[in-house]
Amino acid sequence: MVREETEFVNWEAVIGLEVHIELSTKSKMFCGCSTDYFTAKPNTHTCPVCLGLPGAMPKANKLAIKYTQLIGLALNCKTRTGSKFDRKNYFYPDLAKGFQISQYDLPFSENGHMFITTNGRTKKIGITRAHLEEDTGKLIHTKLNGTRLTLVDFNRSGVPLIEIVTEPDISSSLEAKTYARNLQQVVRYLKVSDADMEKGSMRIEPNVSLRKVTKGQESMVKELPPYKVELKNINSFKFAEKAIEYEIKRQRKILESGKMPKQETRGWNETKQETVSQRSKEEAHDYRYFPEPDLPPFAFEEKYFKSISEEIPELPDEKRKRFTKDYSLAENDARTLTEGVELAKFFEEAAGAYKKDPKIVANWITGEVLRRLNEENKTISDSPLLPASLAELLFLIDKGEITKANGKEILANMIKTGDDPRATVIKLKVTGISDIKLEEIVIQTISRNPKAIEDYKKGKEASLMFLIGQVQRITKGQAKPEKVREFVLRKLSEAD
Amino acid sequence: MSKVKIDINHVSKLANLNLTKEEKEKFEKQLSSVLTYISQLNEIETEGVEPIGHITGMVNVLREDEPRPSLSQEDSLLNASKKQNGFFQVDSIFEE
Repeated sequence: MVREETEFVNWEAVIGLEVHIELSTKSKMFCGCSTDYFTAKPNTHTCPVCLGLPGAMPKANKLAIKYTQLIGLALNCKTRTGSKFDRKNYFYPDLAKGFQISQYDLPFSENGHMFITTNGRTKKIGITRAHLEEDTGKLIHTKLNGTRLTLVDFNRSGVPLIEIVTEPDISSSLEAKTYARNLQQVVRYLKVSDADMEKGSMRIEPNVSLRKVTKGQESMVKELPPYKVELKNINSFKFAEKAIEYEIKRQRKILESGKMPKQETRGWNETKQETVSQRSKEEAHDYRYFPEPDLPPFAFEEKYFKSISEEIPELPDEKRKRFTKDYSLAENDARTLTEGVELAKFFEEAAGAYKKDPKIVANWITGEVLRRLNEENKTISDSPLLPASLAELLFLIDKGEITKANGKEILANMIKTGDDPRATVIKLKVTGISDIKLEEIVIQTISRNPKAIEDYKKGKEASLMFLIGQVQRITKGQAKPEKVREFVLRKLSEAD
Repeated sequence: MSKVKIDINHVSKLANLNLTKEEKEKFEKQLSSVLTYISQLNEIETEGVEPIGHITGMVNVLREDEPRPSLSQEDSLLNASKKQNGFFQVDSIFEE
């Protein structure tokens, strides 16, 4: 076949994500040690099983397996009826046994997908597999009397860890970040992990490579590049984004100079703002997987999958769609409100109490409520504020008992104390102006300014503004401007 | 029966063992003869035989998610050849 000279168009990033998430079970994967190790002293949450002592027998945690299957179902995976654990053999000090119990050819869940939306475009990201394994110990690299050494804490060793692997369908740092955020959200909705990047209960390892796109082939199925670079040491979404961007630039430079980037593992160095080659003494990958002899295989019935899938709550995507439809919310507001289950629930309860207009409720939550919470680095669950109290506050503003400006101040206090709006109004002495009081002030103002009334009647619009200004001055801005205008106009027409 | 070859350098590296030249020669021969012996199994007709990873016949051996007491830090570190402030101590894993 004669081919035309291929014309170079661009370099395209080919990114796959490996995400590890620690499951929030109370006990470890294969022993009864507590998983509550985060602030514990080193090596206080260990036993013969998770220390890999000879003769110790592992026994699988039922709930951890269920969590893995729930995540699989939520990610549209096929869940296997027959599954097992395998041994992955390698020597590394964070692995006491000399092998990690993981899953090789029969993962609990596989072949799923997730939709992500970036810049208004929706894309399907394939999920290759979601398998269960045990977490490793934690290594601390340090120096003692001039000698470099490594310290090991096995508290984390054996904590159930799910590994979720995508197809190389991701083509930008933004898509990678969006996918990871969505995944975090789903896992949190399922309440199977806190998926906290800073605490290390969620870890992202992108693998990045570049391929040449030639003219006419932009949308064709393309071959994968002959190399890939795995990125580690990423403990925030921001780092993931930066590391991927840096890596794309670095590899592009190498490729443009006619060379091929090395297949390797690189760590993100936040201080240097670059990825650094991680040369460790780790042996070439030859894991010699074989079925774990100490753990018999598993058989699940479709009936079981059906019953656990009923435990899956409404997931972020569905909830967001429902919010835009049922409450006529803007896409952005719906997205913000469904970020967490608690916030979504708060909104629905507040909107249920203030039926007049859910959009107003949404505006207050996405605006004032979140702004105040963010200022104090809190989430809605940390605040004693009740949804019904927010609704009541909105009623008070509608009735003109307080102004919107005062409402914000009152709300800030309610977020801290959980007091209801009326009690807060009294406490803060920010009472707006009652209708009777306002009427009184309007009558007084009009009687004191006969000249302005005359001018107004002659058609001088500025006189109306003057009168409104006078009323506002007396009320110290506590009355709603529209209301003052309405009252003044009414009194003026009555004075005719 | 053909002899099974073995790469003793690769195998000793994977097993994290430092072997002398003499040991390498000795173990290479021994391991090779073990593998050659085992390889007789390849002669059996296994067409139509289900692969099996377990022979106990047990399935779904599971435990409930209930925490139990762990060992004390002292007991955990009892067999450690080197320790430091409650940690196991090993040689640095990163090269200079």
